[in-house]
Amino acid sequence: MRPATVRIWSLVHKWTSLICTVFLLMLCVTGLPLIFHHEIDDLTGHDRWRPANPGGPMLTYDQVLETALKRRPGEVPIFMSFDDDRPVVNVTSGPTADAPGSRMTFAPIDRTSGDPVPPTPAGGVMDFILQLHTDLFLGLAGMLFLGAMGLLFAASVISGIVVYAPFMRRLPFGTVRASRSARVKWLDYHNVLGAVTLAWVLVVGVTGVVNTLAGPITDSWKAGALASLSAPYQGKPPPARMASLDAAVRTAQAAMPGMEVQFVAFPGSGYSTGHHYAVFLHGTTPLTRHLARPALIDAETGDLTAVQDMPLLSKVLSLSQPLHFGDYGGLPLKILWAVLDLITLVVLGSGVYLWLGAGRRKPVAVTPDEARA
Amino acid sequence: MSGFLKIFGWPILLALVSLIGLVAALIGDGAWDGLSWLCLAAPLAVLVWVLLTRRG
Repeated sequence: MRPATVRIWSLVHKWTSLICTVFLLMLCVTGLPLIFHHEIDDLTGHDRWRPANPGGPMLTYDQVLETALKRRPGEVPIFMSFDDDRPVVNVTSGPTADAPGSRMTFAPIDRTSGDPVPPTPAGGVMDFILQLHTDLFLGLAGMLFLGAMGLLFAASVISGIVVYAPFMRRLPFGTVRASRSARVKWLDYHNVLGAVTLAWVLVVGVTGVVNTLAGPITDSWKAGALASLSAPYQGKPPPARMASLDAAVRTAQAAMPGMEVQFVAFPGSGYSTGHHYAVFLHGTTPLTRHLARPALIDAETGDLTAVQDMPLLSKVLSLSQPLHFGDYGGLPLKILWAVLDLITLVVLGSGVYLWLGAGRRKPVAVTPDEARA
Repeated sequence: MSGFLKIFGWPILLALVSLIGLVAALIGDGAWDGLSWLCLAAPLAVLVWVLLTRRG
């Protein structure tokens, strides 16, 4: 590579890193507890909860919904989701079906009694961390901003690969010249730690960027496939009386045998039309578990309108979630995720250190030429 | 070409093994999870090895 080319790539590496590093440090720090979200919930009491009447008859979904709405007078249902490890149904409600997340109420309900399930003690702290990690408390704008930082980070990693070459021309892979100056030593650490985490960091980074586009991707699905389903309802008032939710779920399951219910989106919510229950079902293998398909059920008549395949972008989004969270391969995978996250923190930190030191000594202490020595 | 492989051989190999690990746990449970853990632990094992032998 010509020296001028190397200089351009180093500038790209320097500036993309400088802009995104402070946010990436925040994302790595907040991401660490989020990897173990489920375990932290369990440790703080989630798994000590017991249903009121274990083995007893379960309330129907319609009864659970009625119970939940009685506690939130004047509100409408938005989503219903189902815990897979306990008889708990979660009802999300709000002043309107299209209310923003901040105005929604999430109510877990014991299906054996209708009692509310107490929130986990760490829930508030974890929600705070999750929100900071997701959107800096700035909603869609914050999400998209972090997405842009993720893109800069990807550019920084790729330019990092290019500028890695001249440093490593004369050094065997993984050499750390620990007896040399601190600067040389940390440059070597930066290089070897960056090199071993390369694929993981790019996958987690790029899937993180895709996740920041969740809103726009879901909106484009609504504007496309869902809009054609709501066309026949043009001008009709919202459903006057609601068909049975249990019957809707049964209808959806009959249309997709062998699949399990993931969640139901109510009419007017972000994942349905103004006139349908969208019953999302997913398969039972690790891959199909993440690829839900909705059955759209007319909320007034209870008839099946259509079973839909999600568009490609939505599928990419669905698969980006496990690949970003690391929650799809048991505890060992989470521990590996945490170790790789910590190594990434060291790469970021050493990068800042190398930049801080860059102007102190002239000529620049470590040039590719010196690296050869 | 050999210069390229001398610089990028290890990083490319570790990246490919990592990618297999990232995909494996998505494909299945049980043995697939095991393969995933092995493949994602491999770069860390190589890291420990070079830090033990090439730090001086």
